[in-house]
Amino acid sequence: MAGTAGETPELIKVHSGAVEVPYDWHCGPYWSRFFRGLRDEKKIYATKCPSCGRVYIPPREVCGPCFARMDEWVEVGPEGVIEMFTVVRLPYTNPSTGEPLSVPYTDVYVRLDGADTSLMHWLDETDEKKIAVGMRVRAVFRDKRTGTMHDIEHFKLI
Amino acid sequence: MERAAIVGVGQTRYERSKEGIVAELVYEATCRALDDAGMKIGDIDSVVTVSNDFWDGRTISCMAVADAAGCYGKDASTVECDGAFGAFYGLMRVLSGYDTTLVVAHSKVSEGNPRIITNAAFDPIYERSLGLDAISASALQARAYMKKFGVTEEQCALVSVKNHRNARNNPYAHVPLDISVEDVMKSPKLADPIKVLDASPLSDGACAVIFAVESAAAKRAKKPVWVKGVSHCTDAYRLGERDLTYSIALESAARRAYQMAGITDPWRQIDVAEVYDAFSYMELMWYEGLGFCDRGQGGRLIESGKTGMAGELPVNPSGGVLSAHSVLVAGLARIAEAVLQLRGEAGKRQVAGARTALAQGINGICAQQHCVWIVSTEQ
Amino acid sequence: MARRTAIVGIGQTYHCARRDDVNGQELINEAVTRALEDAGLTMKDIDAIVIGNMDHFEAINYVDGWSVDGSGAFMRPIMKLTTGGTSGMTVATAGYYHVASGFFDVVLAIGWEMNSSSDTTAAITTCCQPLIERDFFAGAIGPLAAEYTAYIKRFGATEEDAALVSVRDHNNALNNPHAHLRTRITVEDVMKSPVLCYPIKLLDMCPRSDGACALIYACEGKAEKLAPRPAWVHTIAGSRDFVYMGEPFQHEELITLERASARAYKRAGITDPLKEIDVMELYLPASTTGVKWMESLWVCGRGEAPRLIREGVFNMDGQLPVNPSGGPLATNPIGATAMIRVGEAALQIMGKAGDRQVPNVRTALATAFGSCSWSDVTILRDTKP
Repeated sequence: MAGTAGETPELIKVHSGAVEVPYDWHCGPYWSRFFRGLRDEKKIYATKCPSCGRVYIPPREVCGPCFARMDEWVEVGPEGVIEMFTVVRLPYTNPSTGEPLSVPYTDVYVRLDGADTSLMHWLDETDEKKIAVGMRVRAVFRDKRTGTMHDIEHFKLI
Repeated sequence: MERAAIVGVGQTRYERSKEGIVAELVYEATCRALDDAGMKIGDIDSVVTVSNDFWDGRTISCMAVADAAGCYGKDASTVECDGAFGAFYGLMRVLSGYDTTLVVAHSKVSEGNPRIITNAAFDPIYERSLGLDAISASALQARAYMKKFGVTEEQCALVSVKNHRNARNNPYAHVPLDISVEDVMKSPKLADPIKVLDASPLSDGACAVIFAVESAAAKRAKKPVWVKGVSHCTDAYRLGERDLTYSIALESAARRAYQMAGITDPWRQIDVAEVYDAFSYMELMWYEGLGFCDRGQGGRLIESGKTGMAGELPVNPSGGVLSAHSVLVAGLARIAEAVLQLRGEAGKRQVAGARTALAQGINGICAQQHCVWIVSTEQ
Repeated sequence: MARRTAIVGIGQTYHCARRDDVNGQELINEAVTRALEDAGLTMKDIDAIVIGNMDHFEAINYVDGWSVDGSGAFMRPIMKLTTGGTSGMTVATAGYYHVASGFFDVVLAIGWEMNSSSDTTAAITTCCQPLIERDFFAGAIGPLAAEYTAYIKRFGATEEDAALVSVRDHNNALNNPHAHLRTRITVEDVMKSPVLCYPIKLLDMCPRSDGACALIYACEGKAEKLAPRPAWVHTIAGSRDFVYMGEPFQHEELITLERASARAYKRAGITDPLKEIDVMELYLPASTTGVKWMESLWVCGRGEAPRLIREGVFNMDGQLPVNPSGGPLATNPIGATAMIRVGEAALQIMGKAGDRQVPNVRTALATAFGSCSWSDVTILRDTKP
């Protein structure tokens, strides 16, 4: 063994350095239509299953339970109810930037009017005492929109 | 052991920068395989999806395709290896009580950075910072192999010429080309001795294969293709600890698959082979590991023309991986192509009268792992 | 038909927050060596290997190939499977099918994680669809915290109910030499610990651990010779019925666990799980889930779990002990966590659980949770299926 008696040999750690693994993700026809709706019309579009009638947000090609292709588009929101929420106080690294995220912030799952699934987003209130499941909220759109989820700045309590 | 068959296959076209998201690719391949088998999703009892978190740029990459692969309401799993390995798991599930299992693999290699992604396969402490990736490591292997046995760059180029020409008969292929040895030799060097035309393209795509037990296979309209043998094996991890000039893992996997299938003379008993030629030299090395020729004789074998479309044992009538390389999908695509050949449905790339076929998948750097399949029209 | 298959060997490493003394391959080897010893086998007896972890936690691609020096896969078949938090059971399940299919007689399954290699919450956050949900998903904690707010609203459960689960699991871990966290705690300690994501506090949440687990599966004919009391696999069922975090049509229950456990009970002939199952090793990543998800295991009606928890039904001396090992709240090497559940359930069947042994276990259930709120369930018994 390396190291002398009574002494713990040094254990070495290797740091990878900042590892950047870039991707160019295609959005495909469904998400593209969704993002165009946010950007160009300030509207939230969902897909409806021809078989079971469920309305999916975010929109997608396949209804999982029916394995059916969806091609009917419906507008949902911009208002809805809080299905569940959490106020995040644990700081961690933003995986998209490598920078620390600032806390607190509030994640909400919003059941938009007309939708059967909920949309994850932020709420502009971080005092959990002022937030309750079932409260109504409304999407706040940014003035400058680029075709991403952040075209909705956050949701606000009505 | 109970008998199992492949009853449906489906592929997307392979191409660069497909615009759909992975779920859309998977849905296309899955629906085609179901149509091919004359099945509905309700006829599928179990699902195995194949994906890799690095290639997809997403932890738990299987999350993205559960709906499109028809997993809802079913027992499902995910293999993070080449699709030929995923298919083996699908086969295991069919032989363990599920009447049918769908295996579907996807990859959008054009979205990420293959050099960074394959560099991440090297040991983070000892090797990664040297900058090795799939291409440079394969170049080391190609050089070691060629030097040891006197295999020439021109002989490697013949593989590329053959496979790109074959790809012209395959509507799914990404890079069909009519090229000469000279074209390959003149193409720009990626990492000596590998040149652009010695290397496979980056192709997006998906492939699905449906397995069924004998009783369920008998109900399908199309001729079932029976699994006769399958085996996989793993070489050492570090390149310096392997004999890069010969794959003992392939030899071992092939030996066992042959044993299961009762194959003692590949030339007489195998009618067509689909092998994983990520680089042109690999096909020559795989000839040797599969026992198609003696060690070091791969170059001579390609020159003989015996593995060409008009030869005794056509290899890669589809154009192989050199003509469409959807990482992870490619091994499953080899199986799908073998099935089309045995059914006589391979169109212009059909090998007349094919009754037994070999398909091979590889995994890891310089093909550390090999998976060999023998499939046949005969039970 | 499936060959009858049993677990005959279990190996766990020393689990802690940082294993600075080993690299990844050595960590894996520690579990493998212990599992082989447990079954009285050597590597020569192993026909095939399956392995799994979360790629981005260690940033190693093609772990199956990389692992060879530790996993023993040189010149053997090895296959990698990864499904997020459920990975450990996904790998264990694959070990089972390797044997049940008839291809291999004795198979080694390995789950491992060096969580200390990276920022776990950041890494796990990349599981969310990057363009749609990633920025609104606070790792594994956010959604679990959020779903408890829905449960609180509907059934009047409290943060203290969750704290009782935390106290139970942490204090059970005092009996488990493999547990990472072994500190006696009280409800007050939990309630006073800092809020991570409301309503989940530090002591409500699992730690990040470095560790590995290995299981050995053997076929009928060999299993009986290798273990005096093998843990026979009766059924494995899973549900991965969602793709987006916001997709579940309701959030008060864990729908995937309801579906998976219902299917498993049906196959195993279980009609009253509270009475017919002797011990459960549950993948409870947060104490809140130890309240809410009990109902999804059909051991009580909707909204009844808080009462049963307050009555101590799931304590070591209760009717149905849950997590004698301490569960994920005490030990969480993510790729191994779900395999440890299966391993601990097997130890209970085999009568080898030491100080954490529940008396006379004939039927044990293990669960896994991960990915998009997906669930897997394994049922083991001391008798052949």
